Amino acid sequence: MMGLRVAFRSVFRNGRRSTMTMLTVAVGGIAILLIGALISHIMLDFQTSIVRRSGHLTIYKAGYFDFGSGNPAIYGIDDYKKTIQMISDDPVLSRMVSVVTPIQLFFGIAGNEQADTSKTIFGQGVVPSERGRMRRWNDYGVSPLDPRDRPLPDDEVDVGIIGRGLAKILGMCADLQLPDCPEHPADASHAPPNPDVSALPERDFSNLTAQADAQDAVKPDALHQGFPRLDILSATASGAPNVVNFYVHHAEGQGIKDYDDSFVIMNLKLAQNLVYGRGAHGATGIVLQLTHTNQLDAARDRLISLFKQNKLDLEVHDYRELTPLYRQVEGFFGFLFSFVALIIGIVALFTIINTMTMNVMERTTEIGAMRALGATRESVRRQFVYEGALLGVFGATLGIALAMLIVFAINHSGMTWTPPTAAGRIPLQLYLLGNLKMLVGVWLGLVALAAIASLAPANRAAKMPIIDALRHV
Amino acid sequence: MNTQNAPALKLENVTKIYKTGAIGVTAIQSVNLTIPRSKFTMLVGPSGSGKTTLLNLIGCIDTPTSGAVWIDGVDASKMKERHLTDLRARKIGFIFQNFNLIPVLSALENVEFGLARKALSSAKRRRAAEESLEAVGLQDRRSQRPNQLSGGEKQRVAIARALVKQPSLVLADEPTANLDTHTGAAVVDLMRKMQEEIQTTFVFSTHDTHLIERADELVSIRDGMLVENSDASPEGMLA
Repeated sequence: MMGLRVAFRSVFRNGRRSTMTMLTVAVGGIAILLIGALISHIMLDFQTSIVRRSGHLTIYKAGYFDFGSGNPAIYGIDDYKKTIQMISDDPVLSRMVSVVTPIQLFFGIAGNEQADTSKTIFGQGVVPSERGRMRRWNDYGVSPLDPRDRPLPDDEVDVGIIGRGLAKILGMCADLQLPDCPEHPADASHAPPNPDVSALPERDFSNLTAQADAQDAVKPDALHQGFPRLDILSATASGAPNVVNFYVHHAEGQGIKDYDDSFVIMNLKLAQNLVYGRGAHGATGIVLQLTHTNQLDAARDRLISLFKQNKLDLEVHDYRELTPLYRQVEGFFGFLFSFVALIIGIVALFTIINTMTMNVMERTTEIGAMRALGATRESVRRQFVYEGALLGVFGATLGIALAMLIVFAINHSGMTWTPPTAAGRIPLQLYLLGNLKMLVGVWLGLVALAAIASLAPANRAAKMPIIDALRHV
Repeated sequence: MNTQNAPALKLENVTKIYKTGAIGVTAIQSVNLTIPRSKFTMLVGPSGSGKTTLLNLIGCIDTPTSGAVWIDGVDASKMKERHLTDLRARKIGFIFQNFNLIPVLSALENVEFGLARKALSSAKRRRAAEESLEAVGLQDRRSQRPNQLSGGEKQRVAIARALVKQPSLVLADEPTANLDTHTGAAVVDLMRKMQEEIQTTFVFSTHDTHLIERADELVSIRDGMLVENSDASPEGMLA
């Protein structure tokens, strides 16, 4: 205790030097925490956007993850409603799951008859109201709901959403009243025919569109409220071509160009009609959105256990597996954070070494006297390590307090920005207070760094010959 | 050797040579000295005579080049660093010329520091320190830091710190050198009084001739060697 008392008071003996050292540690801490808070903000916003779109976990028929994306229809879950019921009834899962909903994926061609344009697409059939609930998920509070978000009605089966890029390609800017959307160049859609394709025998698909038009004819026009129409052509599970009429409710930016240029969201029933025709309808997957991301492992374990119990040939994948970009971005930011922390750590390390070396030098006679009075080498070493660690404690605590103030100021400044993974500008909300792991980690790291930095000077103090120390002037 | 009957201190043919590059400077040469227990022994000699070096060797904070130093019947010259530290902590009290109080501790805490290696509860340690500080008449200055004390008060705190652990040997290296004559005499009187009270062995060095009469034993040193006191006058001892 005496050693700790001496160390504590010695920190303030040379006030200016100790203050400068503590400030160096504090500024280092602030820099690390602000970078960490920004990275947390970016990653949590990214995670939120993925979870809003694709949920935390997706259940597929076994083998889908490796082979099914080439032909989603073949890998459909036949009795998906029974599986959803099983999940909803399970007492463990029902506490964690906020949305459980089927999806139907498909590939096809979208054609805009009016503009004489077409484009290969991939699409997702969803239950609109459940998709709407998923899009309100905001567990971390960093991603505000998009005020431009327009829900789809459940009862209008043939309306849906397309990517903004796809709307441009299909020449629907005017119909959808999209701002900053150039008109489709007419000549590009009238390219000369490919001679290889021209040489193929002609096949007549007019009957398919006629069937789709006939289905449409039975519905009142008022239901579509003047939404522009697309014809979606796809192959059914049996390989036969199939066409549905699809009305574009609105276009949404998707953040990634390839995705934006090809994506279609439609009602699950329409997607099932497209993929399964008149046959029994399955679903490509069942999406689970959890209340909190930290429930993911428990929910997955429970699902796997239920699959085994019920002998279901299903597999489950989380959002990280289904979005490899998330892992890549996480890895990149992790490396960036470690690199910056290393540089800052080196600067703090040398500052503390310098301060502690000066402290030892100035107190050489005192060290000699303490040793003469019976203090062991170990107790002298410990005293200086305590002193260095205390510099770290005060500096790190000050750094955390100041970082919190800065974060509070930034978060209330109304600044907006576009994160690298987002489609539009969002308020800048540095995520620090909720990141207790980072706060504790940075605090402990800086204190440990300060203690390590004082080891060499402390060792020098401990090994000092008493007689030389007492003679020191 | 029976440590109970052994002298407080015995030096056998002790030599100390400091090496400065290729040159060796002999600070102490073939010193043989026995100091009985419970005596107030004064080590006198002019500046540069080797008083401090001899006290450092006796106090086990320096090691002799040759010879043996016996403290309480134990040969300290053969001890390892760890055991020497333990010996100093248990048996030897130091009073320095420059006081060497720890500046960040109060007078009472400085005295407590003398007990840092004793296995005592904090309450007992505090009580012993208070008694020791009271014995040197500084109970009212217990909370003051060294920079708030006068030179005489600092040295009294140093005396309390040296005596609080009840050592068998107290070494004082020119404890009056940084004090005025009156204060220096008072400090020596205090040391003498306390030595009589606790019956410990005191060895203190000085070149102040006015203090010689207060000693039980006189040891004179010149050019690193002990000299016979043929001339018992103060001037003769310091010549």
